This record gives sequence, structure tokens and C-alpha cells, in this order.
Amino acid sequence: MKVAQLPRDELARRLRRGELLLELPPFVARLRSDVASLARDIADMYGEFAVSSPEAFADFSVEVSREPGLRRWYKPQARFYYDDQPSFAPLPAEQAFPMIEWGLNWCVAAHAHQYLTIHAAVIERGGRAAVMPAPPGSGKSTLCAGLIQRGWRLLSDELALLDMDTGLIHGMARPVSLKNASIAAIRDFAPEAVMTPPVPDTVKGTVALLQPPGASVRRVREPARAAWIVLPSYERGAPPVFSPHGKERAFMTLAEQSFNYDMHGARGFEATGRLVDQCDCLRFNYGGLDDAAAAFERLAAASPP
Amino acid sequence: MSMPAPTLLQTALTDPQSVRSCSPAQWDLLVRQARRANLLGRLGSTLQETGLMAAVPGAPRQHLVAAGVICRRQSISVRWEVQCIRQALARCGTPIVLLKGAAYEMAGLPPARGRLFSDVDILVPRALLDAVESALMLDGWQASDHDAYDQHYYRAWMHEIPPLRHVRRDTTIDVHHNILPAIARVRVDAQALIDAAVPVPGWDGVRVLQPVDMLLHSATHLFHEGEFANGLRDLFDIDALLRHFGTDARFWDDLVPRAATLGLGRSLYYALHTSTQVLGTPVPPRVLASAQAWRPVRPVAALMSWCWRHALQPAHASAETAAVRSARAALYLRSHWLRMPFPLMVWHLGRKAWLRTRKNEEAAMAPQAAEKRAP
Repeated sequence: MKVAQLPRDELARRLRRGELLLELPPFVARLRSDVASLARDIADMYGEFAVSSPEAFADFSVEVSREPGLRRWYKPQARFYYDDQPSFAPLPAEQAFPMIEWGLNWCVAAHAHQYLTIHAAVIERGGRAAVMPAPPGSGKSTLCAGLIQRGWRLLSDELALLDMDTGLIHGMARPVSLKNASIAAIRDFAPEAVMTPPVPDTVKGTVALLQPPGASVRRVREPARAAWIVLPSYERGAPPVFSPHGKERAFMTLAEQSFNYDMHGARGFEATGRLVDQCDCLRFNYGGLDDAAAAFERLAAASPP
Repeated sequence: MSMPAPTLLQTALTDPQSVRSCSPAQWDLLVRQARRANLLGRLGSTLQETGLMAAVPGAPRQHLVAAGVICRRQSISVRWEVQCIRQALARCGTPIVLLKGAAYEMAGLPPARGRLFSDVDILVPRALLDAVESALMLDGWQASDHDAYDQHYYRAWMHEIPPLRHVRRDTTIDVHHNILPAIARVRVDAQALIDAAVPVPGWDGVRVLQPVDMLLHSATHLFHEGEFANGLRDLFDIDALLRHFGTDARFWDDLVPRAATLGLGRSLYYALHTSTQVLGTPVPPRVLASAQAWRPVRPVAALMSWCWRHALQPAHASAETAAVRSARAALYLRSHWLRMPFPLMVWHLGRKAWLRTRKNEEAAMAPQAAEKRAP
């Protein structure tokens, strides 16, 4: 059953009781919250995602709950819990949904060592995936958000999960996190895109989440093979330019942007090496989403070497 | 007095075949209990050794696989860390006696399998403590952020100096000069432990406690403890050491006399009693009978047994009952009672409680600090 097929009050009830098991392949998350507005955000953002029975196995049990005492009424705060233990400091209750999103990212990054996890956006077209590892501020999420409005399949905007045995990358096709100026940029670029109301004053500034395309969610169980490693950098007004990027530097970027590269030792080294070897490594300088989408169109159309 | 029923985790570790009948919901709880009790790695290695890994459904199995990755990484890191410590202390002329996790790992002992720990503990002669600390600091270990009270607490009263953290590797070392606090009710002859320590093959200058001392240290540590996040894990360590060393009859011959010499009989009694009762550890009846000499008077013994059994439940919400909370509270007080004279205990615990309240207030005032680590 999909989230969208659950009656709204049933969704709210399951969320309150910690019986909402959201399938985020390859994981399942158990969500619990007493923040009423969350049911709406979850319905809007995760409508196409499947729910499991409350009796199923969940990889991560997470909760966002309102802080007790005076904080219930005065500037209400909420806190993220991982398996009943508070993790991170409490935040204003309006940030409950971004908090769940960040918390889930943390759950995966901190625990899923069956994969090599890389802080990167992953999109796919025609069976070939582009991995975009980049530090915050490089315009990676904005670019990813734009391209998935133009026919690219979303795997992830934050976390690439590399299966070191198969060399395939898994994503969860979760909502894309947009910050500050990116929110308006995506609204202009794709007025039909569905977003949560912007949440101001978070640690990352104003944040809004963008609903993943239904086509991407329906294929969420299909991993992809990377064909490109692209290091985006946004520069206002710059023309879109791909330029070659040394494989050794791409390797170092992937290792630096990985959450658990150091943990895998030789196996992680070999897997990262194979990933870089199989990919065209490129830098991509861009100044606008329309130009960028056209440039990526040409990239996808070019036959593989 | 009623004892707690075995948790899923305890049953899975003592009778691995039981996992065959786990439902998805039970796997969900088992993985969560194991993670909180710091026993997920141990669960994985136990199921691996008993050939049951293939019987674990795919999703929970991935958690065991991931825990295995951390454990393998750790066993490499520990070797490197010990190598660094040995190099730093080369000129001090001190033997380096590893304790607990690092000792199990370096000596290749069964408790090391799937065991996670965060710092390396070493024991050095008290006379060389200053030299050791200076040598470590020259090599990049720095005192962590402790205020004057903490410094005094460690240096005047405890059996270790404040933890040192390495500036580049971000690893922590706890340097001990004894296994119990300097002001504790029981005084242990640390030199006797150091003198009897045995070399780690292939690692010149690195030693671990001899088998009986290692067991006694493990027992003393757990049964003087006041905080039980790793309590069940530590009990499984004792169980694994007893099973491993127990194959040698001399171990059993030496255990009780050694406990008497070191003055650690009470801890040994609790360890043998609790481990046999809870985990079914095989201990020869004659050893159990001699250890009875250190049993407290009957009502106290029954009460203590109740306390240990409850406090050593996995540190997970699913196992936390009112009884578990009161047992832990009682043992927390007891641990301080054993560790320091009464007036000092009142002052010390009072101060800690006051700081805790103040810290909570501060945390409420500065809400966004810890958020930065999330991607």
C-alpha cells in the first residue's frame, strides 16, 4: 500500500503510535511523532512511497517529539530520537519535517556500513547514472532538483549507497532538500513542482523539501551503474561548461565526501577505484538551470565511449 | 524476589538456535537491543560461528554485516594505536600492560570477537605515571577539557589520570596506575598485577594481565560499576573469559587464592554467581563453593543478586522497568560508596547533580549546537 492510499486520519494515527513504517528502499523507517503537521508533510512528500505493516522489520526507528514542560506552549520545540534515545539538540517544532529528513540521513550515514556511503547526489538517465559529490554550497542539490524535473531519474540528492560487490548505486529517491535561494530558483524553473512550505531559521537557513517525481519513486528498487562523476560548481551568469577532471582527483573527492571510506580499508579503496575507472570524470560549471539541463541532455545523448 | 525474564538479546546470545523462530518484529527488537547494549557485533560473530547467519532474514542481516565492518576496522586501528603508544613510551622504560578491550583484541581472546570499544586502557606503575604522561603529551596526546575539580578528582582520588586525546588521530587513552580508585575501600597491589603480566606474542614491551588477573579485573570493574550502558556486554566478557581460560585446570586452581591475595573476593563471588545464573557459565562446583566464603550475609546477598540481575539488562527502553531503574539507582550509589569515603561521596554526588541540572538548562537555551553532524 502507498502512503497516498492511507486515509489521512489513519496516517496520523499510525504516526502518533509509531506504527508508520515507510519503505525507503533499501531501508524501512519506523516513524513516530506527536507533531500534528508532520502527517501532512509526509503525505505530500512521500505519497508514492510504500508503507509496510506495523509488524514488519524496520531498519531505523525514529521519532520527533515535542519537548515537555513549558516548551509545549512557549516557542514549542521538538527533538529527534533514534530508537528512544534523544540525538541532537531540540529545535523549534516547525522544523519537525526537516529534522526527520536530517535524522534519517544521519541514521543511514552512521549505520549502513554494508555500503560505501558517499555524500553525493545521484541521478540516472538511459541506464547511466551521474554521481555528484560536492561539499555544501556547490549547487549540487539545486542542480539535482532541476534535472529531475527534466527527465532524469532521482536516486538521491544527499546519499549515494555503493554496493561494493556489484558496483551498483542505490538511492532512496527521498525528497530533495532545497536551501535559501534554491527554493525560488526551482519554483521559477518548474512552477508545477510540489514543495513543503519553506521553514525559515534552520541551521541551514530557510529549507524546503521538494517532492520526488513519481516515476523515480516507482523505480526506487532499481539501483544504477555510474557512468559519470560530475563535480558541479555554481557561478552566477556563467555559461554551462563541462571540463575534464583528473581521475585521481575525482577519487580523492569521493573518499573525502564518503562517510565511511576509512572504515572499509582496502575494500573501500578498491571499490572507489573501480567506480572512478568506469566513469567519465568531469567538472561542471554552470550559472542557470535551463543551460544546465540542456548541457546534461547533450551529455546523456552522447554515446558511451 | 522475582528475577527479570531473559530478553530476546540474552536468549539469542546464549541459545543462538533460538533466532530461527524470530518473527520480523522480534528481529526488529533484537537488533535494537543488541545495538544499545553494544552487543550487535557479538551477535553477528556468534551467529557466524554457529553457521546461523544464512538463517537470518536479509534486512536484519545487513545490520550484522555493518557491525562486522566496524569490528574488523577496529581490530586494525587498535593494533596501530598500540604501536603508536609503544613508540611514544619507548624511553620511559615502563612495561605497557593493556587492559580490557585492547587487551582482549591484542591477545586474541574470545571476548574480542565483535566487541566495540572507544579507548585504549593501559596500566603503568604509579612511580612512572608522570614520565608516561609527559611522554604521551610530547607525542601528541593532550588532556581533554576538564576543569580543576575534574583534574583533582582524577589525580587525587582515582586510579587513572584524566583521559588523553591524540590531536591528529582523535583517539583516547586512559592511563591507569591501579584497577580501583586510590581512595576505594579495597586497596589492590597494582605492582603485583604488573609483575605477573604476560607478554603479547610478537609485541615486544606490550603485556596483558595473566589469565586469573584479567578475569578478576573484569569482575572488579563490572561489580564496582555504577553505570550500566555496557553492563550486559561486560557480563558476556566475563562469561567468555571463564569459558576460554577454564579449559586449563590451573586457572581454576589459581583463581580463588589469587582473589584472596588481591582482596577481590567479593567481586569474584558476584561475577561467578551472576554469570552462572544468568548466562549458564560452566564453573567447577568446588570453585563456586570456595567463592561462597565472600558471599555477603543472606538477605544482603539476595538483594544484591536482585540488583545485579536487573541492572544488567540490555540498556534499551524495551527492557527498562521500574525494577531495573531502581536497581541501577541503588548500584549507582553503591559504586560511589565503594569508591570514596562517605563525606566525599555526598559532596561529589551533590556537585554532579547540580551540574546536571545546570547543563540541562544550558542545553535548553542553546538548542542548535549538535545539529551540525547530520549531513
